[in-house]
Amino acid sequence: MTTFEPEPLFDAAPPPYTGPVPAVPTYASVATPDAPTVPAVSAVPATANTTSSRLDATDVTCWFGKRKVLERCSLAMEPGKVTALIGPSGCGKSTFLRALNRMHELVPSAAIAGEIALDGVDIYSEAMSPTEVRSRIGMVFQKPNPFPAMSIADNVLSGLSLSGMSHEDPDALVEQCLRRAGLWDEVADRLHEGGMSLSGGQQQRLCIARSLAVHPDVLLMDEPCSALDPISTRVIERTIRELCEDITIVIVTHNMQQAQRVSDNCAFFLVESLREPGRIVEQGPTDRIFTNPSDPRTYDYVTGQFG
Amino acid sequence: MTLLDERAEHDVHPAEPAVDSDEQAPVRPRLLGRRDRIELAVAAAAGLTGSGAMCLVFDWSHPLTYAIWALIIFLLSTYLLARDSQSPVVASDRLVTTLVWTSGVATVLVLVWMIVFVVAKGLPGLSLEFLTTDMASVGPLDDGGGVLHAIVGTVQQMLIASAISIPIAILTAVYLHEVRGRMTGLVRFVIDAMSGLPSIIAGLFIYTIWVLQAGNQPSGMAAGLALAILMIPTVARTAEEMLKTIDDGLRESALALGAPQWRSVMQVVLPTARSGLITASILGVARAIGETAPVLLTAFGSSSTNWSPVNGPQSDLPLFVYQLLRQPNENQIQRAWTGALVLVVLVLVLFVLARIIGERGARARGGSR
Repeated sequence: MTTFEPEPLFDAAPPPYTGPVPAVPTYASVATPDAPTVPAVSAVPATANTTSSRLDATDVTCWFGKRKVLERCSLAMEPGKVTALIGPSGCGKSTFLRALNRMHELVPSAAIAGEIALDGVDIYSEAMSPTEVRSRIGMVFQKPNPFPAMSIADNVLSGLSLSGMSHEDPDALVEQCLRRAGLWDEVADRLHEGGMSLSGGQQQRLCIARSLAVHPDVLLMDEPCSALDPISTRVIERTIRELCEDITIVIVTHNMQQAQRVSDNCAFFLVESLREPGRIVEQGPTDRIFTNPSDPRTYDYVTGQFG
Repeated sequence: MTLLDERAEHDVHPAEPAVDSDEQAPVRPRLLGRRDRIELAVAAAAGLTGSGAMCLVFDWSHPLTYAIWALIIFLLSTYLLARDSQSPVVASDRLVTTLVWTSGVATVLVLVWMIVFVVAKGLPGLSLEFLTTDMASVGPLDDGGGVLHAIVGTVQQMLIASAISIPIAILTAVYLHEVRGRMTGLVRFVIDAMSGLPSIIAGLFIYTIWVLQAGNQPSGMAAGLALAILMIPTVARTAEEMLKTIDDGLRESALALGAPQWRSVMQVVLPTARSGLITASILGVARAIGETAPVLLTAFGSSSTNWSPVNGPQSDLPLFVYQLLRQPNENQIQRAWTGALVLVVLVLVLFVLARIIGERGARARGGSR
């Protein structure tokens, strides 16, 4: 297995590629540091959460019943970096992601082996409860799913009441989270309308804002843009690049360009043949995975010559 | 000529000729073309006259017989006409469509007929006095008297039964669908068995346990308990179905925010299912509000107004109707019909109220926090 080298792809701020530029940013334009910069969105001071956490998975194996779907996956998710999980459908990316915040065990037949450490503490040990793990490691799902019975503001605050926390100034928190998710300007005048009145892209950003309100150290995203149009996708990708300054992000994506645009590091999952579990074939800095992969299977996949 | 060509010929009505602008006139394409409508009219005429002829020939006099034969001949002619003019595929499509439509119309007609019947029979006896007096001092042949005691009984017993059964039933549904504990199979089996329980058994059970063995008086409370037994399975199973319609993504999102399961259920699942849970409760009330037998066994019935649900016999509307309808004089039978009308109106009012409360609550919550 390839050893992972924590080599930062970008030294300073993430490469911004925002604005009404209609062209899809290519890898080259993303990597160019002199691309037009995004004006800072946040008028509110940055959150207290300035030091992000690292998440280390070691030899993670997952089962559903007797079927082993993932075998000995080790991956270091660096603090303040975006790690993309790529690979064909059914190769265990989502299972791996769900194991990272103990959502895997919600399936009745699910089992797991190995260790996943959040800042050195195993999240499956007695030291942490599942609810604590999940409030420190947030998750955004493939399908936008704001809570239908709540208003936009209530959706943002729902994480607090759901996990029994409180906040001295809820209105400021709502504004701050919506700003960080890039949604504030669109919904500022209708915070008390239902969340379902928003468009799909706005709903997904509302879900991101909802995850941010509990100040997670890590944010997991399971194909957050697969149901969205390119414009909404771009806004969310920009949001991801802004968030990763103080939150560690792990994102599953089927979109190669997206993985190139948003991620610093990349892990390629693959199922070798039917009835075999998924494994991590290669991992490393995104630019190396996409330009100079060491494994021919990775090369085939990232260049679209798969199979 | 294909079907499409024919549809196009029949259905598309050319726009009105534009006089001075090139604006297009909106055209709503019609489902049934001209020929289809003529065929339906011919079939309907065939049904009405054919059935009339059969009634004359065979000397049938009942209107229902006439209606049923008219429907059969109508369906048959629809099919044959469409088969002749178009194709067997179109004909069976037409037949099924007509069948579905007539079934819907027939259901509504039966309901309307029943309500009109009750209103026509009951309305002559309805007056303010009827609603505000009871039967305590009214002899069988006297005028006057009313249903106040029965209304009081029905409302109190339904409140007691709902207060007991709806929380239990919704928690049961939560157990069945959210918690999915080890006993799920057993609980579901028991609930299913209970939903087939004859209502008189529920009445006998409470009579034996609550009145005979525990030594309590027959009362509205006892009737409420018996009715609660009848309501639980209906509400629980319907509520479970309603919980099934809630997207699993919502539960996962709530858990992914660090919520313990009970908070996810209380704050996300149940509020989202709110209108469905109200429907489930309404179905439960509908199951119980028309029951006569358990109330007869547990509250015994009474002709005077008893405001206390825990002390002494009480009546309720179905029991009132049942008891007076068996009397051999016109006044009592008239009162029974008017009582039935009051029951129907009461049910309607309760359902409308429940809907309004449910929707207003949802809107209020959506609007502020």
